[in-house]
Amino acid sequence: MSTDVVAASDLQVYALYLGDDCLILSHRLAELAAHAPEFEEDVALSNLALDLLGQARALLTYAGVVEAAGRDEDALAYGRDDREFHNLLLVEQPNFDFAHTIVRQLFFASYQLALYRRLEHSQDLTLAAVAAKGAKEASYHRDHARLWTVRLGDGTKESHSRMEAAVGFLWPFTGELFQPDPITQRLVAAGIAADPAALEPVWRAQIDQTFAEAGLGHPVELGIRQGGRSGLHSEHLGHLLSEMQHLHRSHPNASW
Amino acid sequence: MAGAAADPREAAFQASIDAERSVEPRDWMPERYRATLIRQIAQHAHSEIIGMQPEGNWITRAPSLRRKAILLAKVQDEAGHGLYLYSAAETLGVSRSELVEMLQTGRQKYSSIFNYPTLTWADVGTIGWLVDGAAITNQLALTKTSYGPYARAMVRICREESFHQRQGFELLAQLSRGTPAQRAMAQDAVDRWWWPSLMMFGPPDGSSPNSAQSMKWKIKRVSNDELRQRFVDMTVPQAQALGLTLPDPELNWNESSGHYDFGPIDWDEFAKVLNGDGPCNAERIRVRREADSGGAWVREAARAWAAKHSHPAAGDAA
Repeated sequence: MSTDVVAASDLQVYALYLGDDCLILSHRLAELAAHAPEFEEDVALSNLALDLLGQARALLTYAGVVEAAGRDEDALAYGRDDREFHNLLLVEQPNFDFAHTIVRQLFFASYQLALYRRLEHSQDLTLAAVAAKGAKEASYHRDHARLWTVRLGDGTKESHSRMEAAVGFLWPFTGELFQPDPITQRLVAAGIAADPAALEPVWRAQIDQTFAEAGLGHPVELGIRQGGRSGLHSEHLGHLLSEMQHLHRSHPNASW
Repeated sequence: MAGAAADPREAAFQASIDAERSVEPRDWMPERYRATLIRQIAQHAHSEIIGMQPEGNWITRAPSLRRKAILLAKVQDEAGHGLYLYSAAETLGVSRSELVEMLQTGRQKYSSIFNYPTLTWADVGTIGWLVDGAAITNQLALTKTSYGPYARAMVRICREESFHQRQGFELLAQLSRGTPAQRAMAQDAVDRWWWPSLMMFGPPDGSSPNSAQSMKWKIKRVSNDELRQRFVDMTVPQAQALGLTLPDPELNWNESSGHYDFGPIDWDEFAKVLNGDGPCNAERIRVRREADSGGAWVREAARAWAAKHSHPAAGDAA
């Protein structure tokens, strides 16, 4: 229905923005299976990864439907090169240590929760449905990250300094979360997308409150590293994709 | 041992076992019963935890998003089973951290099967089909084991394991209907996993050191050889349905016994892998220790935070 008033290509790319965020972050979390700091976290991190993978599948499938060129979720996940991925740079950053994993989770889940709460009211019924279900999951993801941020920030000297290092590494990627781009803006005007800039105050309030409790600080200005939405990624994404796509691409036309 | 002065409680304990009453954590039990169960439940828990590695090895390379979700959920289930089993062991008066320490220092074992590598995607399906199939055969018998918490854990775990087994079978079915390369991949995996799966039931009854006492205590209900035979009888028709060959020329239906005959198992290989010389023994423990030591600062921080924020007056409910 929404495709009557907006370009299908805009809607397809927007679904990929959101879907690629979920797909890539899910992959990063899945890398930790059997490597978490305690068994309970093996369960929790796989749970987060599964939620995000479920969202990714719904969104990539929808992007394929909107595109109407016969690409399904797998064609989109396994068949695109890095320049065709639209995820935020934040989500592709590696799990250098558990502090990086948690700070990345806090930044992203807080953002995604604010985003989904708006998208629940989207004129696009598919996006609204994904967002409604995803908001419940994102809220749990945010709580998980918040509880760990507080424990690690206010735990030991070592955990505090690791958290500071992780914030230092990941903060530069925060600006991209709220950066408007022409595609999103056209969809905002049509009542389909959430305005990224409008999410920032909600996100900041969440981060500031959590950081205050954790005894952590961050720069006032948001970071300025960006490029993910338009396909210009960090070096890390290529490695992630080569691992993720290798088997699928080695057997063209095979079904799994 | 037979001549040692018997604790009078031991006769009552045995009588209770013979009457099919389950043993509960607060009941009196012979120390050897307790020790046997701790060893067995811990080994089972360790197997779940170590088993996450060979399968987790393929999560990031799963060839479709659907398969990736299934595999992730399976590895997550294994972590959950491990936690559940450690809790069952803790009812016997040991702590999880002691048990994990024994795993990581090689003083307690885990199932030898996980010392084999997962070299292709077909290994994921084959583990589901054969290894989980063997595990279920074992564990179904354990749902009636005499120690209550262990028996109840098995009921729940069996339900999820049979789900995993069907998923593994379905993965292989897809490969065996697929391209020639996929078929070859499936056959190669079955060739590598078949014999180690048969070894999962342990040594033949004649040379199984702990079996007799375990049977008497009804910890063990069915012998190694009988379980192995059940597994073979169940699996051969499934292999036929998949169109895959089990790598044993002596595998034949025996009309008179009503079972499949199968060839001799290489028990030297079993002993070698069990004693640490399998392809992945060192790697599995290295990864486990690395996760443990790499996460030490996290656990320490959580403890420090809890100590800072504990409210002694607020109650001891927790």
